[in-house]
Amino acid sequence: MPLELNEYLQKVIDRLTERYADSIIDVYQSSGDTFVRIAPEANVDICRYLRNEHHFIYLVDVFGTDRFTSEDRFEVIYNLISLRDRQRIFLKVWLPEENPAIESVTSLWNSANWFERQTYDMFGIRFTNHPDMRRIYMPEDFEYFPLRKEFPLLGIPGSIELPSTTPDIE
Amino acid sequence: MPTKSIKDKVKPTFFKEHQEKLYQALEDKHTTVEIMKDKDPLGTEMILNMGPQHPATHGVLRLTLQLNGEIIEKAKLDVGYLHRGVEKIAENKTYQEFMPYTDRMDYLSPYSNNVALCTAVEKIANVEVPERAHYIRMIGCELARISSHLLWLGTLVMDAGAVSFFIWTFREREKLYDIFDQLTGHRFTVSHARIGGVANDITDTAMAMIKDFANEFPKEITDWHKLLDRNRIFFDRNEGVGVLKTEEALEKGAAGPTLRGSGYAYDMRTFAPYARYDEVEFEVPTRLEGDNLARYYCRMEEMHESIHIIQQCLDKLPKGPVRTDNAKQAYPSKDEVYYSMEGMIHDFMMTDTGICPPEGAEAYHAVEAPKGELGYFIQSDGTGHPWRMKIKAPSFANLQILEYILDGEMVADTVVIIGGVDPVMGECDK
Repeated sequence: MPLELNEYLQKVIDRLTERYADSIIDVYQSSGDTFVRIAPEANVDICRYLRNEHHFIYLVDVFGTDRFTSEDRFEVIYNLISLRDRQRIFLKVWLPEENPAIESVTSLWNSANWFERQTYDMFGIRFTNHPDMRRIYMPEDFEYFPLRKEFPLLGIPGSIELPSTTPDIE
Repeated sequence: MPTKSIKDKVKPTFFKEHQEKLYQALEDKHTTVEIMKDKDPLGTEMILNMGPQHPATHGVLRLTLQLNGEIIEKAKLDVGYLHRGVEKIAENKTYQEFMPYTDRMDYLSPYSNNVALCTAVEKIANVEVPERAHYIRMIGCELARISSHLLWLGTLVMDAGAVSFFIWTFREREKLYDIFDQLTGHRFTVSHARIGGVANDITDTAMAMIKDFANEFPKEITDWHKLLDRNRIFFDRNEGVGVLKTEEALEKGAAGPTLRGSGYAYDMRTFAPYARYDEVEFEVPTRLEGDNLARYYCRMEEMHESIHIIQQCLDKLPKGPVRTDNAKQAYPSKDEVYYSMEGMIHDFMMTDTGICPPEGAEAYHAVEAPKGELGYFIQSDGTGHPWRMKIKAPSFANLQILEYILDGEMVADTVVIIGGVDPVMGECDK
């Protein structure tokens, strides 16, 4: 499908493919949003380049998805905004099922701190060089990653120790 | 006496590993810049645990504060006490079925959340929304914004010490609830928006009530300005407290009025206009100070702008249907359902399967909720259920900055700062 990019995004994509020819795997559009799939090793470099050279200074969100495929099962998506040019771009990274890990972007945006913790909590994707890699919603004692597709909707009985609802009987 | 590690002092009963890691994180927080003191001869250092059951934390927010006397040296937040896993639930529901869950995300402005979900689904599934529905949605969203800001104002002033003020803002909120009751059929969790439009048209009573409210409300705001703008106590509690500097605001990821209070006019209504926000006139209030008072002014002016938008919408409100007339995309009207066989089949199919966006499609759409940018990212696998639905919650981003702005503040200002940032835990914890 041919891309229908606006002038500004076209320029960004052109520069990116020129500079990081080996790391850009795919550029596509869906429902009017622009997605760029990049190699996992290059995520911090490309983020830094977009932030410094193209004014994508605001990191709105970082989140994961579970593609549930045998290869490259997990996906991490960065949602970036350029306030000056009113543009939004999504960067995507595919990660393997075994030990999914990627470099953290907290060195560029402090806001990535909680977003990455949330991704770790829900999918078990580790972010290296993250200052505070703990779970965020689930307690640390919890052993599963709830948004993975194999996790049952009803949860796993007995996976969290809960306070007794009848405190009189000890 | 040498200060022991925090971990030796506390003995958590539940979620041991979780609690220990939290205290460890508090201890480790910016150890690179500060050297932990070996001695504490006056015994002024302590760890204060605040919440999750605390009236001033606006829900179930938990803070662990390391104090030195009355100064907060470091703060760590613990969220997740209201985690219900709505993103997981969304993957097992049709798009329309998921709407009541969005009401319970940011429960102070359910209307904005409904619209956020609908606009995202409409974007991914290419649904056209009739003009009139757009305007009704805008009216609903702005009323929800006022309602949310009223609660924020009441609790902020209460956090600063004036309890009776809370009753005044709630008197106005009560009027808004009555309007929502007339407009949508529910007072609180409205679920009024539908994919492809809204559930029902504005009734004449609702119209009259909205007009009355839009006429009366600016007078109330003026009164509140009179009370607060020259109030020494209110000023002293809020000025220069919880400062988020302009140069830091974007990097820390603030959203909504908190970001605008720090100098960035970032508002989804002007950044990427949805509904018909490009056809009405309004300002995006911005301040440069970045303290609690700046956030106060931003939100107060936003309420003014909301009234301005509502009045324009009422003037412009076009005639026509309120839901798209395509049975494959939206629920048919009740007239059709009750009096024609096709209508009933379509209604059943919409409830059973729902709307099916194209396979492999992805879309992100954000609206400006009262707390900031509220976005829904949807990945579709071609069925009636989303493959993945990610909710970008503004409160989550705003709570994150609390960890930065609380450091160095007085412990007595904690509640005011939380009140000024205006988090909603239902949205943050999802």
